[in-house]
Amino acid sequence: MSNKDFKQWFIENFQTFEKSLNGEKTESFHEIRKDALSKFSSLNIPTVKDEEWKYTNISPVIKHNFNIVPPKTDMAPEIIGKFLFDKLEHHLLVFVNGEFRKDLSRLNELPKDIEVGSLAVAIKNNHPALLKHFGKYAEDSNNLFTALNSAFTKDGAFILVPKGKIVEDPIHIIFLNIAGEEKFITQPRNLFIAEANSQVTIIEHYGSDKDGIYFNNSVTEIFVGENAVVDHIKLQEESLKSFHIGRMEVDQERNSAFSSHLISTGAEFSRNEFTTRFNGQGGESMLNGLFMIKDEQFFDAHTMIDHAMPNCNSHEHYKGILQDKARGVFNGKVMVRPDAQKTNAFQENNSILLSDDAVMNSKPQLEIFADDVKCSHGATVGKLDEEAKFYLKSRGIGEESATAMLIHAFASDVIKTIKIEPLREYLEEIITKRFNQ
Amino acid sequence: MLLEIKNLHARIDGNEILKGIDLQVNAGEVHAIMGPNGSGKSTLASVLAGREEYEVTQGEIWYNGKNLLELSPEDRAREGLFLAFQYPIEIPGVSNTNLLKTAVNEIRKYRGEEELDAMEFLELLKEKSKLVELDHKFLSRSVNEGFSGGEKKRNEIFQMAVLNPKLAILDETDSGLDIDALRIVANGVNKLRSKDNAIIVVTHYQRLLNYIVPDFVHVLYNGRIVKSGGKELALELEEKGYDWIKNDKSEVTV
Ligand SMILES: Nc1ncnc2c1ncn2[C@@H]1O[C@H](COP(=O)(O)OP(=O)(O)OP(=O)(O)O)[C@@H](O)[C@H]1O
Ligand SMILES: [Mg+2]
Repeated sequence: MSNKDFKQWFIENFQTFEKSLNGEKTESFHEIRKDALSKFSSLNIPTVKDEEWKYTNISPVIKHNFNIVPPKTDMAPEIIGKFLFDKLEHHLLVFVNGEFRKDLSRLNELPKDIEVGSLAVAIKNNHPALLKHFGKYAEDSNNLFTALNSAFTKDGAFILVPKGKIVEDPIHIIFLNIAGEEKFITQPRNLFIAEANSQVTIIEHYGSDKDGIYFNNSVTEIFVGENAVVDHIKLQEESLKSFHIGRMEVDQERNSAFSSHLISTGAEFSRNEFTTRFNGQGGESMLNGLFMIKDEQFFDAHTMIDHAMPNCNSHEHYKGILQDKARGVFNGKVMVRPDAQKTNAFQENNSILLSDDAVMNSKPQLEIFADDVKCSHGATVGKLDEEAKFYLKSRGIGEESATAMLIHAFASDVIKTIKIEPLREYLEEIITKRFNQ
Repeated sequence: MLLEIKNLHARIDGNEILKGIDLQVNAGEVHAIMGPNGSGKSTLASVLAGREEYEVTQGEIWYNGKNLLELSPEDRAREGLFLAFQYPIEIPGVSNTNLLKTAVNEIRKYRGEEELDAMEFLELLKEKSKLVELDHKFLSRSVNEGFSGGEKKRNEIFQMAVLNPKLAILDETDSGLDIDALRIVANGVNKLRSKDNAIIVVTHYQRLLNYIVPDFVHVLYNGRIVKSGGKELALELEEKGYDWIKNDKSEVTV
């Protein structure tokens, strides 16, 4: 059976999707979906001629026709255990093949009025916060994949931390995809709202059990209210045959502090588009990333920090470790708008190529329209430091351990800024597994 | 014999630096190698440690009954060879403790010994750090990162103490040390001396040799050992410099 055109496939299957909604088809929200579908059909599939997709060829993704409704699985609950961090007190939300699994989730006691749960429920209830924030940060109008996600929005994580509330334990959200014979698409849609003076840590964790083919097209919107503190970690350890396009849009109000860590061992193809926008003065933003890819994996980190207001600080540091024939892209834009005086922006991208066939395209972009600012950026692409390796060997440490130690060291600047120790240990373990034996 | 170097020639980037070195070191001995800047002392040390940039074009090196040139740098270390670098590099993100723990255990594994557990290892570190009077806080810091010149040298000797080598080559470990630090380092080295191991000290100064008294002193000049003698030779060099050796080729003892 020959494949249908990527867009045509989704447009034709919208009805199948509608049927799968059963009773959940709240009328007002469904208008949003239909509106998004019409945007989706009018937008073009990006090509390498688009500046924002210069190094990223989408064709491996769009050649597939992914089933709109993922299969149900009888998954052994133990699989979840592989994605948990030892010794961490946390709230756990689990989604399997796009569907919220209450039976696998666990919420510790939460202060009153804090809502942590499934977006489907918020949709069903016409939740006022949903209507206020949904689609306001990740707009459909200029992003084909966001429009696709909005049109097919069914579930995802919904977190609302009202004014002044603090969620002590991190919220760990696991999106597990288990693909067998049939290839399918999941489109998690997450909305995290931290109102003024609140605080929360959220871990968005994408994983899969087998090496199946699926497409994860996720969108996450985060509202960081005035003086609120949000720490976000996105962890991606997916099937090497899967596709992942993830967009995260963050709105930062006055004096808010936001940190993002993207830690990824990639998919066959992944693109992460992260944008944070300062909507008030005094904001602090940190965007750190670490990706480790091998074989013929492709990974694209596409970030934008929008200094729309004065007196904000941003710090961005992305690091990549590439093996075999892997290809990486870092496209990091820092926009300092005319009003954004007294901006401090630091951006750095360092990559290590462990093979001669690995390729890294690094494109840091500073666009500065204000004059009283402090901005710096830099990019390096290189090999492991041979001098350092020789030093370690001269102490009796073999090639493999020496390499692993230097990789841990390289990754450490990014990992050490994560505040949760059990998570840092989990990440160190990932590196150890990968590079030590 | 612990180390026997025969007619060693080595080059880097096409330049011949070592032009026929002969040297024999027995267990229990201390040898000092002196010589003007650029004469090839560190090159010799690097070749012994197995730095790949150097190409050995002629000659042989036998170490403890093995053909040293056939061993990888890590296996040389596991066989008990240690080089204290003239310019120890910084390795951000790798802690001293981590380096030593990995090193000790890989060496033990190579020798068919049990790995040390965390307690035993800490005990070892504690004992050895006392030997070179190294503050505990250095252990958790990244290897040499932000260390002063003297601290780096002391750290090299600390590593030596932990690894307990059979043959240690100290490449200008004394340079840049104040007299107190020099005394500490020299005392540390002396405590590690035994009839089973040997030390080669590369230095420009008699000062160190007052503490670590050599059995033999060699002068390396222009890629060759041009003069060898007892400990008095160092004193003579300190007094007269190297010119008399450079000019008087008849003194050459090969
Ligand atoms: N990559 C290279 N290419 C060419 N010549 C080199 C290279 N590296 C070192 N040399 C030369 O080799 C010679 C020996 O250097 P080496 O470092 O062994 O001297 P040294 O005796 O240790 O000197 P010092 O007392 O200053 O430490 C020097 O002339 C140096 O310039
Ligand atoms: Mg030297």
